[in-house]
Amino acid sequence: MIFFESVAELVQAAKWEEKTISRITLEQTALDMGISEEAVFERMASQYQVMKEAVSAGAVKDGKSLSGLTGDMAYKMKESADGKRNFSGGFMGKVIAYALAVSESNAGMGKVVAAPTAGSCGIIPGCLVALQETYEIPDEKMVMGLLNASGIGMVIAKNASISGAECGCQAECGSAAAMAASAMVEILGGTPEACSDAAAQALKCLMGLVCDPVAGLVEEPCIVRNPASCGVAVVAAELSLAGIPSIIPCDEVVETMKTVGGQMPSCLRETAQGGIAVSETGKKLSERILNG
Amino acid sequence: MNIFDIMGPVMVGPSSSHTAGVVRIGNCVRQILSEEPAAIVVRFHGSFATTYKGHGSDKAIIAGLLGFKADDERVKRSLEIAKERGITYDFKKIELSSNAHPNTLVVDITTNNNKRLQAIGESVGGGNFIIRRLNDTDVEFNGQFDTLIIDHRDAPGAVALVTSLLTAERLNIAGMRVFRSRKGGNSIMIIETDGAIDSALAEVIGRLPNINSSTFIPGLLNSLSRADTGGAS
Repeated sequence: MIFFESVAELVQAAKWEEKTISRITLEQTALDMGISEEAVFERMASQYQVMKEAVSAGAVKDGKSLSGLTGDMAYKMKESADGKRNFSGGFMGKVIAYALAVSESNAGMGKVVAAPTAGSCGIIPGCLVALQETYEIPDEKMVMGLLNASGIGMVIAKNASISGAECGCQAECGSAAAMAASAMVEILGGTPEACSDAAAQALKCLMGLVCDPVAGLVEEPCIVRNPASCGVAVVAAELSLAGIPSIIPCDEVVETMKTVGGQMPSCLRETAQGGIAVSETGKKLSERILNG
Repeated sequence: MNIFDIMGPVMVGPSSSHTAGVVRIGNCVRQILSEEPAAIVVRFHGSFATTYKGHGSDKAIIAGLLGFKADDERVKRSLEIAKERGITYDFKKIELSSNAHPNTLVVDITTNNNKRLQAIGESVGGGNFIIRRLNDTDVEFNGQFDTLIIDHRDAPGAVALVTSLLTAERLNIAGMRVFRSRKGGNSIMIIETDGAIDSALAEVIGRLPNINSSTFIPGLLNSLSRADTGGAS
């Protein structure tokens, strides 16, 4: 697809035409795919529905992943948030619970939207569904948020990577957090530049994050990295909306992520040969799950 | 690549390479088989061999062979469903050469009509795959584009007849490769076309001299415009 070569270009186009990043992305996609803007919007809207359904499906008591390693985190967090026992507020309680729900649903072979990957599938829904519920935002705005996120994601995928095997978890969770941060800023009325700054901050704050899954499965630490990355996205969006720009521009942060990814040894890039995967407990669990 | 590769695909988890990509390999092989399998043996190599249970790759390959798409919630129950339909399955580990992709699987299928098919597929990431071998012929295709797969006897004119027919139907050939197992033996044409080939045309091609079978597989890239709803056949 012919898309923008950089986030700066995308922002420039948005400013020039006095449109949002989401609108530019929508128009460019319709043009490139040879279909109507309505069709693009509808398809994205149906994917938002899948995200909402994954949020509901994931928070089940006694849920179990295929390996049995995980399954009840979302339920426990949801109980805590619903019972107002969590301390970080209603919005954050939902963010954490919902991100966990989608990630756990993924680990249990539930239906999710890879956003941009299955490993990071909880981050965008965690942020966006919680935002919608807390502030009663209509679906239409949320879908435009997803379009905004997609535009940012396209550039990151093109100029760096969205694959843990290539560039570590910073490429999956970092990218998803950057996408979520940008989306939240647009939804809450921020400018295209503010979106770009938020994406930069989020990716910058997850720089160097390794991909080290226990037993090679998309569970530990993958599931908890989803709500944690939401936390980073929320902070990034707050900074931006408070008028704090990113000192390093977004495209340079993206380029840095790629360079750092290339400098990571393969044991920290989705091979389960390093990091948490080879901690004492990680090795024991791996032995039990894979050979038990 | 478009935005729906970034915000998407919609898939059953947990892994796009070890689950979604595997379902798609199954779908592709099922379409080539063109009937329901009766007995399936799957051999997993490399990373698949280690993690196939935790990633549900076993359920994924059976689901794909049953015709379930990568976003079908029945993927999780594919083994029970296979049992209900009287389809037998078995999973083994295999060690292929060190050159083989770490996500390679070998599937051997027999049908109730005594049709046999062996396929070797690689899941290369992001839900994408490459089919490397069909029966005794090494091939290479990724199912991204509309693809015509023609099994034929290696003889002069076999290819020309097919391309002439496509020309007559005003179908453009975007890419084409011919693979043969040995001179005068079995060969496979992989033809990527701009535009779908209807079943009637595929059937006509299947009846040409030297042609054993002809199968059309819709491309994954076009699924948005073709309203691929992800339902199962």
